[in-house]
Amino acid sequence: MIDVKGLTRYYGEKRAISDVTFHVNKGEILGLLGPNAAGKTTTMRILTCYMPPTSGSATIGGFDIFESSMDVRRITGYLPENPPLYTDMRVDDYLDFVAKLKGVEKDKQASEIDRVIEKTSLGEVRKRIIGKLSKGYKQRVGLAQSLLNDPDIIILDEPTVGLDPKQIIEIRDLIKNLRGEHTVILSSHILPEIEQTCERVVIINEGKVVAEDTVDNLTSRLKGGQRMTLLVEGNEERVRKSLQPITDIKTLNFESQKDGIWQISVESEKDVRKEVARQIVSANLGLLELSPDRFTLEDIFLQLTTKEEVA
Amino acid sequence: MKQTYAIFQREFKSFFYSPVAYVILALFTALTGVFFYLYLSSFVQASFMDMIRSQQYRMAPQKLNVNLMLIRPYFWNIALISLFTLPTITMRLYSEEKRIGTVELLYTSPITPNQIIIGKFLAGLAFYIVLLLPTMFFQALLFVYGNPEFMPVLSGYIGLILLGSAFISAGLFISTTTENQIIAAIGGFALSLLLWVVGWGANFVGPGLKPILDYVSIINHFEDFAQGVIDTSHIAYYILFSFLGLYFSLKTIESVKWRA
Ligand SMILES: Nc1ncnc2c1ncn2[C@@H]1O[C@H](COP(=O)(O)OP(=O)(O)OP(=O)(O)O)[C@@H](O)[C@H]1O
Ligand SMILES: [Mg+2]
Repeated sequence: MIDVKGLTRYYGEKRAISDVTFHVNKGEILGLLGPNAAGKTTTMRILTCYMPPTSGSATIGGFDIFESSMDVRRITGYLPENPPLYTDMRVDDYLDFVAKLKGVEKDKQASEIDRVIEKTSLGEVRKRIIGKLSKGYKQRVGLAQSLLNDPDIIILDEPTVGLDPKQIIEIRDLIKNLRGEHTVILSSHILPEIEQTCERVVIINEGKVVAEDTVDNLTSRLKGGQRMTLLVEGNEERVRKSLQPITDIKTLNFESQKDGIWQISVESEKDVRKEVARQIVSANLGLLELSPDRFTLEDIFLQLTTKEEVA
Repeated sequence: MKQTYAIFQREFKSFFYSPVAYVILALFTALTGVFFYLYLSSFVQASFMDMIRSQQYRMAPQKLNVNLMLIRPYFWNIALISLFTLPTITMRLYSEEKRIGTVELLYTSPITPNQIIIGKFLAGLAFYIVLLLPTMFFQALLFVYGNPEFMPVLSGYIGLILLGSAFISAGLFISTTTENQIIAAIGGFALSLLLWVVGWGANFVGPGLKPILDYVSIINHFEDFAQGVIDTSHIAYYILFSFLGLYFSLKTIESVKWRA
């Protein structure tokens, strides 16, 4: 559905992205993952025909971004990084304006606006001035705008940034519901977010694609080892002794907390959670907490960018 | 067409969301009102003197011409006030979209740069016509209490609207180049003023350059309209001028070129 080939974009002398290539299947949600300044926004702006690439090409729903940019715009909904809102308008007036811009037919306009307001739960604020809404609601208005005219392709640049946890969950659910009927690209620099909503992910760093794979494959590829964090009450010597028999443990890292509690980071060859728990309990130490550490985005980047070509 | 109208409609309404528009409207009305009052009272005074004189010397009164003495200088006056006012209307036309980031919505919607520019230009022009409404009311009073000629009034307004389009297209062009409204206002004013005074310079240059400067000068073409003469060459000048402004605006926003 979306085919991106060798996109490169310079801002003056500075290269923002180079040779970005990836593919998105129809009906799937693709995560574009990368740290700040990786080039996510730049890539999305090119795909939405906001600006042209310096070189490379892309087709969106079969339309080339150079040859038929108007068609690309017609079938694409876009939520930019900063929601493009006229802050002095009321929510419904704004959506009415965008619906007209997107060429929604006149007799369908009202029902289309009602539909996106319903989807983004904006009913209560539809008569309010956008500038006076909270950040989360503004983000929703931005999202509502991108859903108008029921576009085949939806491109969302960091849609959950600045939202509270409850709203994040709501927006994620909304995005998940787009799966199947819409093809979605979603950018983020938060790994769990991508893990929860996307089936495939493209990781981009310093303007280059460093990996393109399913979320499961990526995390298992990284699972050369396991990590967990323990909170244990007792003294360091006894803890070390109790864990000694577990040969799979590679490193132990003790950090003293208050009241004789230790926070211990454990790295091991394979999953040793059961053994660790058993040992500590049988040594009569107080096991307060045991939590497996997820690999963070930083770990993935370290792995992908310092080790030789994983992708 | 529908999209152009959407841009126009939003832009025109947005003038009235902002307090700035009401300040402009109030100032414009106050200034044109004060000048109307001054012209009117001096005209009334002159007529009154004329009447007394005619009675003293037992001559027929001169019948002072209200078109000549009041309406014509008043149109010049409105044109001058417009020179100062229009940059404050045009400053936000495009800069605001750049500043708040809504250009990202416009450029990624199925709408061409032409449609954006024309919608905005027409909105600016419509707001200018709203500004002119109170002056029309003032002049209507003359028709209630007196008997002026109608054609010069009509041609005066046609001239003002054409002059206004030229200023608005110039201001819109400046507004597309910056996201700072203050710079857009100052730049728009500087450009308009330059085009206004360039005619004065015509007297100081050689015979080769003089006709060119005379032609370029935006206000030289207004004279006839204020006198009740509608000359197609002046209409052509203003239309050409406006198109040029729109063309340059288009080129600045099209600096990124997409083949349709
Ligand atoms: N308009 C611009 N002019 C100059 N450089 C730019 C411009 N926009 C982006 N860049 C540069 O291009 C690089 C990529 O930026 P981009 O905004 O695409 O990153 P991003 O992945 O979206 O980052 P973030 O997570 O912070 O949003 C950065 O180094 C940035 O400084
Ligand atoms: Mg970004």
